Amino acid sequence: MASFATTAPIIDSSPGDYATRLRRARLGLLVALTPVIMLFVSFSSAYVVRQGLPTLDPRTNQLVRDWIPITLPKLLLINTAVLILSSLFMELARRQIKGQVASVSLAAHPGVTAGDQVRMPWLPITTILGLTFLFGQWTAWRQLAANGFYLATTPSSSFVYLLTGTHAIHLMGGVLALFFAGIASLLRRSVATRSIVVDVTAWYWHFMAALWIYILCLLEFAS
Amino acid sequence: MATHDFAAQDSHAHAAPEGFIRKWVFSLDHKVIGLQYYFLALCAVFVGMFLSLLMRIHLIWPTATLPLLGDIKPETYLTLVTMHGTIMVFFVLTTAPQGGFGNYFLPIQIGAPDMAFPVLNMLSFWTTFLGFIVMIAAFFVAGGAPLHGWTGYAPLSAIQSAGPGEGLGADLWIISIAIFCIGALMGALNFITTTLDMRAKGMTMMRMPLTVWAWFVTAILGLLAFGVLLSAGILLLMDRNMGTSFFVPLTTINGQLTGHKGGSPLLWQHLFWFFGHPEVYIAILPAMGMCSQLLSVFSRKPIFGYKAMVYAILAIGFLGFMVWGHHMFMSGMSPYTAFAFSIMTMGIGVPSAIKTFNWLGTLLRGRIRFTSPMLFAIGFVSLFVTGGISGPFLAQPVLDIQLHDTYFVPAHFHLIMGVASIFGIFAATYYWFPKMFGRMMSESLARWHFWFSFIGTYAIFMPMHYLGMAGMPRRYSQMTEVNYLHDLIPLQKFITYAAFITIAGQLIFLVNLFWSMFKGKKASDNPWEATTLEWITATPPPHDNFGGKTPVVRNGPYEYNVPGAPRDYVMQTDPEVEPSH
Repeated sequence: MASFATTAPIIDSSPGDYATRLRRARLGLLVALTPVIMLFVSFSSAYVVRQGLPTLDPRTNQLVRDWIPITLPKLLLINTAVLILSSLFMELARRQIKGQVASVSLAAHPGVTAGDQVRMPWLPITTILGLTFLFGQWTAWRQLAANGFYLATTPSSSFVYLLTGTHAIHLMGGVLALFFAGIASLLRRSVATRSIVVDVTAWYWHFMAALWIYILCLLEFAS
Repeated sequence: MATHDFAAQDSHAHAAPEGFIRKWVFSLDHKVIGLQYYFLALCAVFVGMFLSLLMRIHLIWPTATLPLLGDIKPETYLTLVTMHGTIMVFFVLTTAPQGGFGNYFLPIQIGAPDMAFPVLNMLSFWTTFLGFIVMIAAFFVAGGAPLHGWTGYAPLSAIQSAGPGEGLGADLWIISIAIFCIGALMGALNFITTTLDMRAKGMTMMRMPLTVWAWFVTAILGLLAFGVLLSAGILLLMDRNMGTSFFVPLTTINGQLTGHKGGSPLLWQHLFWFFGHPEVYIAILPAMGMCSQLLSVFSRKPIFGYKAMVYAILAIGFLGFMVWGHHMFMSGMSPYTAFAFSIMTMGIGVPSAIKTFNWLGTLLRGRIRFTSPMLFAIGFVSLFVTGGISGPFLAQPVLDIQLHDTYFVPAHFHLIMGVASIFGIFAATYYWFPKMFGRMMSESLARWHFWFSFIGTYAIFMPMHYLGMAGMPRRYSQMTEVNYLHDLIPLQKFITYAAFITIAGQLIFLVNLFWSMFKGKKASDNPWEATTLEWITATPPPHDNFGGKTPVVRNGPYEYNVPGAPRDYVMQTDPEVEPSH
C-alpha cells in the first residue's frame, strides 16, 4: 500500500520556495488586475454611451446634445511623461533586486563569491516620481476648476474627474506598496521577500502607466 | 484511518495560531474563515426570512398592527422587499456556498495547506462582515432603509428626495454593496490563485472534484461581475451626493426640477444586470457542484459524464455574461437586440439540460443511499428543473412583457436561484458537518427538516406561477381591495400559511445544527465512504489540513464501483485504478 514521505517544515525558505512564492504573487496580481480592468471598462462604456445621449432642454422642450468636450490641461502631458519615466525607474529597481537575489543564491554555494554590486536608489526615485505625478494630477484638477469645469458642470467634466480620480486612487495603492517595500528593507526582511514585493509592485506600476495612457487617449480622442 | 500516499508539503504560509482572538476571530485559517462566512450567512438568512414573513403578513392582512413593529405602511413594504432581496442575494446566496463551503473545502479538496493569500482571505471575510453591518444599519437611520428594490433602479435610487428611505438609508445600502464587492473580489482572487497554483501532486484539473470546478468558475464570474457592480455603485453615489447626472435624466419631484439632466436610467440597468445575471450563477453554480458530488457519493456511482459536467459549468459561466439584456425586455429595447438576448438565454438551457441529464444518469441504476444530504441533493435537482422550466417562458420577449411585473417572476427566480441554492447549502451542511465538527447531525431531525422544506417550498412558490398568469402584479403592497384580484386572495393566504409552516420547519435545522455540534454522535474520518481528499484527513482537519504533508493524487474524484477494487470506492490517493467510466 502507500507510504508516507518525510514531513516538511511548516516554514520553508529554500530557493524553490522563492520561485513558488514569486509565481504565486505574480498570478495573484494578474487575477487582481482583472476587476480593475472591468472597473475601467465599465466607466469607458458609460463614457461612450453618455456622449451619444440627447437630453431634454426644458426651455425649448427639444432634445439636444449636451456633451461639451473639455480641453484637457497641457499639464497632463507632462504628468504622462513623469509616469512613464517612473515606470522606467521601477523596472530598473525590479531588475536590480532580482540581481541581488541571484547574488545571494550564488553566494550560498561553497567557494563562490558574488562581486559587490552598486545599488542605485531606483525605488525612492520611483516613489518621488509617483508622488510628483499625483501632485501634477491635483494641479490639473485645479486648472480645470479655475476654467469653470467642476465635477458636475458638464457630463464630460464628470467623466474627466471620475477617470483621473479613480486612476489616482489606484496609483496611490502602488505608492503605498513602494513604501511597504522600503519599510521591508528597513526592517531587514530577506532580499527574497523584498524582491517579491518589488516585482509585483513593478508590474502593477507598469499596468498603471499603461492604464493612464489609455485613459488619456479616451479623454482626448474619444470626445 | 487508511494509509494514503503523501509527499512533502509546500511551505505553509503561517503557523498554527494561539489564543482565542487569533484562532477564532482574526484567523488566517481558511477553515475558520469558512465557518465565519457560514455563520454570517446563517444570521443573514434568518433576518431575510423574518422580512419575508412580514411581507407575507402584510399582503393578506394589510391593516394588521404587529406587536413591537406596529403598522406596515406601503412604503415599509417596499423597504421589506428591498432589504429581503438584497440580504438574501448578497449575504446568503453568495456568501454561504462560496465563502463558507468554498473557503473550508476548496484547499482541502485540492490537497493544499491553506488558501494562497491567508491575510487577504481574513480581510475578505471581515470586509463582508462590515458590509453586512452597514446594510443592517440602514434600518436604523433617519428615514429607514431604502425602497428602490434589490436592483436599485435609477432614478428612484439616485435621488435622495425620491422617497422615504432614499436618504441616508439608500447611501448605506450602496456603500454596503460596494464594501461587499471589495470583499468578494478579494475572495475570488484567492479562490482562483489557490486553484491554479496550489493543487497537490497528481491533482490535474480533470481530477478536481466538481465542487472545486464550480467554486473556481464562480470565482471567475465574481471577478468579472463585481468590478462592474462596484463601478455602477460609485456612479450612483456620485449622482446622489455630488450632483453628477450619470443615471438621472431631466426630471422633477413634486413639481420641482431636481437639477439633474441628461443621464440614462438604462445605463444603470445595463451595468447592474451585467453583474446581476452572472450573480444568478454565482449563487447556483456552487450548489450544482455540491449536488453533483453528493449524487455520485450516495448513488455509489461515478458522476455521469464528468467531462461534460465540467464543460457545462464553463459554458454556463461564459453564457451567463451574454444574457443580461433579458432582464430589460420591458425597457423598450430594439426587438432585434431582444431577439439576440432571447436566443442566447434559451441557449443557456443547453448546458443546464446537460447537467440535469447527467444528474439523472448518475442516479439511474445507482445503489442509492437516501441519507439526508442525498435527499436535499435530489431536492435541489427537482427545484432546479421546476424553476428552470419557466426560464424559457420569460426568455421570450412577447411572453416576458406579459409576465414580467407579475408573481410569475418571483416564482421562477425563487425556485431556481433562491431555494435551489439553499437546498444546495443544506445538502452541503448535512454532508460536511461531520468533517467540520467531528460529529454527525441527527438523521431523523434532518428528514423532518427536508420534508418541511421540500413540500413547503412547492406550496409557496408553485401557486405564485398561477398568481402571475392571472395578472397579480408584484411589488404592490396592498392588493386586497382590487376587484379583479379578489378571487386570488385565498391563494395568497395559502402561500402565507405555507410560508409560516416552512419557516417554522427551519427551526428544526437550527436545533439540529447546534445540538449536534455538542451532542451529536462522534463521526469517523470518512462516514459517507467518499473518495475526495477531505475524507483522508483527520476529523476535524488539523491546522494545515494534512499534518504537514501533501497528498499525492492518483485517481479521479468519483471512482465508485470500480471492478476488482476491494471495496466499492477508491480514494483519490489510493493506487491508480482504471477509471470505471
